[in-house]
Amino acid sequence: MDNEQNRDLKVREMIQQNKQNVSLNSVTEKLMPRFLFVVAIISIITTIGIVITLLTETVHFFRDVSFAEFFTGTELSPLGSDAEFGILPLVTGTIISSTIAMFVAIPIGLMSAIFLSEYASEGVRRTLKPLLEVLAGIPTIVYGFFAFTFVTPLLRTIIPGLEPTNILSPGLVMGVMIIPMIASLSEDAMSSVPNAMREGALALGATKLETTWRVVIPAAMSGIVASFVLGISRAIGETMIVTIASGSSKNFTFDVTQSMQTMTAYIVEVTGGEAPAGSTLYYSLYAVAMTLFVFTLIMNLIAQYISKRFREGY
Amino acid sequence: MAVSTESIQKNIKGKTTETSIDEKKIVYDTKNLNLWYGEDQALRDINLKIAENEVTAIIGPSGCGKSTYLKTLNRMVELIPVVRTSGEILYRGKNIFDKSYKVEALRTNVGMVFQKPNPFPKSIYDNIAYGPRVHGIRDKKILDEIVEKSLRGAAIWNEVKDRLKENAYGMSGGQQQRLCIARCLAIEPDVILMDEPTSALDPISTLKVEELIQQLKKDYSIIIVTHNMQQAARISDKTAFFLSGEVIEFSETSKMFSNPEKKETEDYITGRFG
Repeated sequence: MDNEQNRDLKVREMIQQNKQNVSLNSVTEKLMPRFLFVVAIISIITTIGIVITLLTETVHFFRDVSFAEFFTGTELSPLGSDAEFGILPLVTGTIISSTIAMFVAIPIGLMSAIFLSEYASEGVRRTLKPLLEVLAGIPTIVYGFFAFTFVTPLLRTIIPGLEPTNILSPGLVMGVMIIPMIASLSEDAMSSVPNAMREGALALGATKLETTWRVVIPAAMSGIVASFVLGISRAIGETMIVTIASGSSKNFTFDVTQSMQTMTAYIVEVTGGEAPAGSTLYYSLYAVAMTLFVFTLIMNLIAQYISKRFREGY
Repeated sequence: MAVSTESIQKNIKGKTTETSIDEKKIVYDTKNLNLWYGEDQALRDINLKIAENEVTAIIGPSGCGKSTYLKTLNRMVELIPVVRTSGEILYRGKNIFDKSYKVEALRTNVGMVFQKPNPFPKSIYDNIAYGPRVHGIRDKKILDEIVEKSLRGAAIWNEVKDRLKENAYGMSGGQQQRLCIARCLAIEPDVILMDEPTSALDPISTLKVEELIQQLKKDYSIIIVTHNMQQAARISDKTAFFLSGEVIEFSETSKMFSNPEKKETEDYITGRFG
């Protein structure tokens, strides 16, 4: 008994003593938020830096090439004396490959998510979800190789007119690459819908499918749309697969059996080709990169708008 | 937690003859129902007959199986994968465990109100219209009528008529619960199951829901699980007392609270345990 009381006293004394060292504590308490603030704005500063670099170099480019030529030109032949700098071939290449990818990734990804979240038993979900996510861990160069050496030859047996390098094959493979991202994020969004909502719908005599379709998916809509947009951004920014499997023809076409170049693949090609600093070719990199940046920026703004519009708070 | 016998005596006044169960129509006839969660038996040999247009209260201490029994009546209990049952529950003469019995059809006739209000994250209007829409009613005019009728039925129309397009989550808890009752009324069920519908509500909202239950009794058969014995005494016609998965006593509410047959019932309603 005595012992315990003594210990009690000691604790109080220790606390009293420690209180005298408060000065050091309060300094850390004051400095820590500032330090954390600095760390937090690193990424913002980096983004601003990138945008400024892009902008200044892009300005150089537009001294040589007019806006009209760049944005409406359907001819891109950056080398030689009569170089043409129309970005449209790259824009169509990017949009077409991303569209093909999303046609693969959105339905398969969303349906996988519905299965995993609403129908799969706990055991199946626990096995399937990590397996699916393994797909996301495969390096894109492997996907590119796979598209070039396996998917294209396979497709050529079905579509005889398919060129050895074409936009269809990397588009499809890119879609496969994005499936796990959409499936996983949509599944997270759907799993976090409270069970009370499902019960509410089921108790009204709704079937499982009606419950999923008209309660769970609407409630998870903002997360699902966010996963779509992230997927699209990923497809727009994807580089390796298209560089390897789609070749470097700067065709302005909507024919998916032909070789096309995306904005990303163009940047790879030109940076690899020792463009002399200060040349129009060199500055064209920045102009294309700037366009790419604006594309993804717009996608993100759309994403924010959509997820706000569809938000069903619970 | 002794219930004042006076108030109960008042309640029985006017009821000159006690109607026996057999004279009224039976909605639910439970025969030798057993239910297991995995290895744990939650319900043992339940035999209950539940009559039409009455409020039947189910009381008992936590874990006695009262909510499980309620959820068995519309087979919501089957959402838990490890559940097994034996015995029969006849709803209007048909065994709901029959393979040919469609669970959606059962739940269309038997509505449910949950312990915590669970409106959908949609507008007030869409919450009510959800059930009718699921069952194929698409006509805007008819839906409008259903929404108004259901909200009036749940005594909440005047509070929400000007903000039908607003999200249901902007309402207070008590309003949300009455909205859930309205949602249930929108498909005009035969029976309404209520799982401690007022346990998450303040006293005034509770009172409103209790008054509502009294009105709904005219058109619906109501089975209500409650922790609150005064509530059971106030609003129910019959009461079943559950203990450890068994029905200890089932009788007229007035009789149960004034003159219980079993020692356990008396101990529970006088607050000696539970």
